[in-house]
Amino acid sequence: MPKVKVPRKSTSVDMTAMTDVAFLLLTFFMLATQFKPEEAVTIDAPSSVAEVPLPDKDMMTITISDDSRVFFELQGQQYKEELIKKVADIHKITFTPDQIKNFSLMSSFGVPLNNLGNLLNTKSADRAKFVQAGIPCDSLNNELAEWIWQSRLINNQVRVAIKGDQDANFPVVKQVIKTLQEKKVNRFNFITNMSTETVEK
Amino acid sequence: MAEIEGGGGGHKKGGKPKGKKMSTRVDFTPMVDLGFLLITFFMLTTSMNKPKTMEINMPVKDVTEEEKQKVKASQAITLLLAENDEIVYYFINETTGDPETPVITNFSKGGIRATLLNKNKELLVKANANNYDSIPVLKEMYRMNQITEDEMKKRISGIKANPNALIVVIKADDKAKYRNLVDILDEMLICNIGRYAIVDITPVEQDLIKTAMSLKPL
Repeated sequence: MPKVKVPRKSTSVDMTAMTDVAFLLLTFFMLATQFKPEEAVTIDAPSSVAEVPLPDKDMMTITISDDSRVFFELQGQQYKEELIKKVADIHKITFTPDQIKNFSLMSSFGVPLNNLGNLLNTKSADRAKFVQAGIPCDSLNNELAEWIWQSRLINNQVRVAIKGDQDANFPVVKQVIKTLQEKKVNRFNFITNMSTETVEK
Repeated sequence: MAEIEGGGGGHKKGGKPKGKKMSTRVDFTPMVDLGFLLITFFMLTTSMNKPKTMEINMPVKDVTEEEKQKVKASQAITLLLAENDEIVYYFINETTGDPETPVITNFSKGGIRATLLNKNKELLVKANANNYDSIPVLKEMYRMNQITEDEMKKRISGIKANPNALIVVIKADDKAKYRNLVDILDEMLICNIGRYAIVDITPVEQDLIKTAMSLKPL
């Protein structure tokens, strides 16, 4: 009687398909990832039911931290470069090309003009330790208004977003809104987080 | 084909002694490992949800007094955002033009939202406006194919622009937080209130908050 031969199957598995999938996913995540630019201050935005996503470009972001400091950011490297040149011209300050380059690469900043040079001299790695006092925006010295106005002149498509910490004090917010209104910005966005709450029926 | 070398085996019995033939197969396991490691890294660092925004329009600043629209007293409610997440609201008495007794409430579901929804409905019923059904109901009807998209949009804008609907005046006290402002704007969205304005608080109203708070039962 012939023996029944059990065919011996190879234990090796074809890995090609798995590799393909793994790298496909890897590519997807690599492309989808947007690394957060280093923020000068961490903001815990309030949540809301608003569903409008924030536009990607042409944004001017005014950040208000929980300790009432105001930060400013204009998107777009070339715009930032123009902005600092213009502001420097107006205030008769000169910035070195290195400082201008640093400014165009920096995200948000919150220092008065007379301290901006010092901030730009610090290396980006040490910038987190630099104490930023916030941009003055009171009626005596409203540098924020200057930044807003010049940004609008440089990029007329710019949209304004206010990114406030949920514990920011209202008077500061009021001051920022007032400044915006004075500079003829009557339409702006509040950046919020998604809320889990659904709209009432 | 890329596969894991099945180990041992492969020796043929007999035959000529050959020069050692190197396998062309490469072990892919470390590469797959690395691939998944990177996937995990990117998955964890990626933040998929973009921040949302809430658009707000402020009135143009240099409008003369005459150009400003007067709001009918019966239609308006004034919300004063006070400290500790509290809201003081009051209506204006139609006949005397004086503010009525202020009421203290908060941001909970039964608080300001209930007030706004009830008052709005009451006003619309009184004005015999028949389209006081809410926006989510309309959206649901659109989903169920009961109404067309155009009709939905028309009716939604109809609700928001209804001349008889509630008008909300928002005034925040200096002790309020930014969160309170966003929360109250959120309530406007939830309660389908199309007409609201953020106005500076007056000293009279600051006193009003103080007296309302001092009368508050503990």
